[in-house]
Amino acid sequence: MMLLNVNKARKVFGGLTAVNDVTFQVPEKSIISVIGPNGAGKTTFFNMITGIYKPTSGEIVFDGQNLIGLRPDEVTEKGIARTFQNIRLFGAMTTLENVLVGRHTRATTSFLDAILHNKNYKQDERAGLLRAKELLEFVGLLEKRDELAANLPYGEQRRLEIARALATNPKLILLDEPTAGMNPQETESTKHLIRRLRDEQGITVVLIEHDMRVVMTISDNVTVLDYGTKIAEGLPHEVRNNPQVIEAYLGRGAAAGEFGKTEGGEAA
Amino acid sequence: MIEKLPLATRSTLLMASTLVFGLVAYLMVLQKNTIESYFVTPVVMLFALHLFFATSWKVTRVAQIVVFVLVLVLGIPLIGFANSLYLQVVVTICIFAAMALGLNVVVGFAGLLDLGYAAFFAVGAYLWAIFGGSQANNFISGNLFPLNGNLVFLFIPIALFVAAVVGALLGLPVLKVKGDYLAIITLGLGEVIRVLANNLNKPINITNGSQGVRIAPNPENSPLAFITVPLSQATNIPFFQMQLTMYYVLILLVVIAVILFTTRLDNSRIGRAWVAMREDEVAAQAMGIPLVRTKLIAFATGASFAGAMGVLYAAVIGFISPNDFNFERSTQILAMVVLGGLGSIPGVIVGAAIVISLNQLVLVEISRVLQLINLPPRFDPTQYQQLIYGLILIAMMILRPKGLVPAVRQPAKLENLEHGELAKGVK
Repeated sequence: MMLLNVNKARKVFGGLTAVNDVTFQVPEKSIISVIGPNGAGKTTFFNMITGIYKPTSGEIVFDGQNLIGLRPDEVTEKGIARTFQNIRLFGAMTTLENVLVGRHTRATTSFLDAILHNKNYKQDERAGLLRAKELLEFVGLLEKRDELAANLPYGEQRRLEIARALATNPKLILLDEPTAGMNPQETESTKHLIRRLRDEQGITVVLIEHDMRVVMTISDNVTVLDYGTKIAEGLPHEVRNNPQVIEAYLGRGAAAGEFGKTEGGEAA
Repeated sequence: MIEKLPLATRSTLLMASTLVFGLVAYLMVLQKNTIESYFVTPVVMLFALHLFFATSWKVTRVAQIVVFVLVLVLGIPLIGFANSLYLQVVVTICIFAAMALGLNVVVGFAGLLDLGYAAFFAVGAYLWAIFGGSQANNFISGNLFPLNGNLVFLFIPIALFVAAVVGALLGLPVLKVKGDYLAIITLGLGEVIRVLANNLNKPINITNGSQGVRIAPNPENSPLAFITVPLSQATNIPFFQMQLTMYYVLILLVVIAVILFTTRLDNSRIGRAWVAMREDEVAAQAMGIPLVRTKLIAFATGASFAGAMGVLYAAVIGFISPNDFNFERSTQILAMVVLGGLGSIPGVIVGAAIVISLNQLVLVEISRVLQLINLPPRFDPTQYQQLIYGLILIAMMILRPKGLVPAVRQPAKLENLEHGELAKGVK
């Protein structure tokens, strides 16, 4: 069953067509990668799904519900969470509190509950803390729970962003370049974490990624964007050998050349 | 030096010093012939400063309670009976502290720069001045006004509600803009309310225009007259002094309630959403926080505190005019928040105390001293309030950019869970 159905989504900024009639489907419990050269429209595509941009035309249906016209917070409530390409944590809050903020839509404390410290407030806070503890354990940040998010090392900030996104109880999580700027060990552990997202938490994952070793080894399916248009889609090895994809990344001359072979050798 | 002393010694010293300063201050105020002395105000202020020491130094809980009781429960009312000037200043500080705490929710917690905050103060103040005085007779027939003074207790929640609604109505169209734009729009809307108050005297005279509204003083029909009138007869303390003390108690309770509310909000889902929004709006929204609604809650909460304090201000002062709610008033309250520390509850109270006492005590005393040397009146420091605020704010920005008492968030902790649950998996 398809969890997310994007049908001919298009986004035009003035004279620039950033996303051009992209059709994109995400089966439940899969890991899908979206790749493409810089400026291909990947992040714009994510921003359309999450409601930051409203598509110029097209349909986006998630879990049977139309997402067009919803605000980002409403999309989150429907069950789509995301992380950001350039980490956007709440720096002045602790690790634990960042995760608690993620729980906002699932928490039930009202203004009056908070002032009165009534039973609902206490139960809700308790449930939130327990859930946050679980998630911090899941991403391995429990020991750092009382540190300010701004003071965490880079790799841990990325993991915290994932934990915060998980706190919204998503069915689908969109990861925007989760391994950008990481060293090989950190990349490896992030890869492992993404697999665990699906296998242990049952969450569907869509990721934008530049690191082909990550893309080729964890994706069930890969979609390639170039200049806003979908130029290829398929299993990792199919996409890897697609001449159009090689052309998009390396230019026409290299299309038949070395790129596919060397990368392929390493990835396998 | 103080920090090095053992906890018990430090606490004892603080309590002893509070007692000594209290006694000296009280005796000095009692001596009618020393009222003119230049040392009374500094001693009274040093006595009050012990409150700050009790909260900012590490001392025992007992010492804190003793200092608070000595200063707030015994010292200030007793000194106030002897010389109501000091009590008047303390009451004003409390009113502005509560208001600054409200503005702190908007600016400090939620990060929305509001330059028109005095408008909500005006809403509350006019509400009581119009109906608690005889002004309402101009547009409601039947000579029903002034209302019974005790209805002020009903008007506090009414003003709370009305100001929150006005805050939400003003906020709704403007909260989609951010930062500087929001500041400018709130400044404009704040002026709109003041100009409205200035001009709503015709065709129907609702606000009495620029002449302002007066609540005629009437002991028989003042709030809690059934307590204050017999009490003042029994103790031989003049009625208005007794009434001021009653207001002091009342407003102190309101300040405590406001502190409690803002602390609780800060440590809840709503407070965390405010801080998250202040840190990064895009990320906050992506985490499911509805921005406009969350901002509106902050705006309305801040407005409601100002509304409630407006009622009490009108009741205490007995006269209000549009000029009490001009842009300078808004910046004055903002200065308290920035001076004390954005987002810091103790800081904001300290900020209010500094700004008001500077205004009403320190500058006045300095100018009195300067008169000794026959300084020309144009050098009188009371004329340079705005300049002095400006200098203080600039100095603060350079020396302590986070305020006198920088905000320390009390973050949520897993330790809040019961130990059994915590033990599971936590090393």
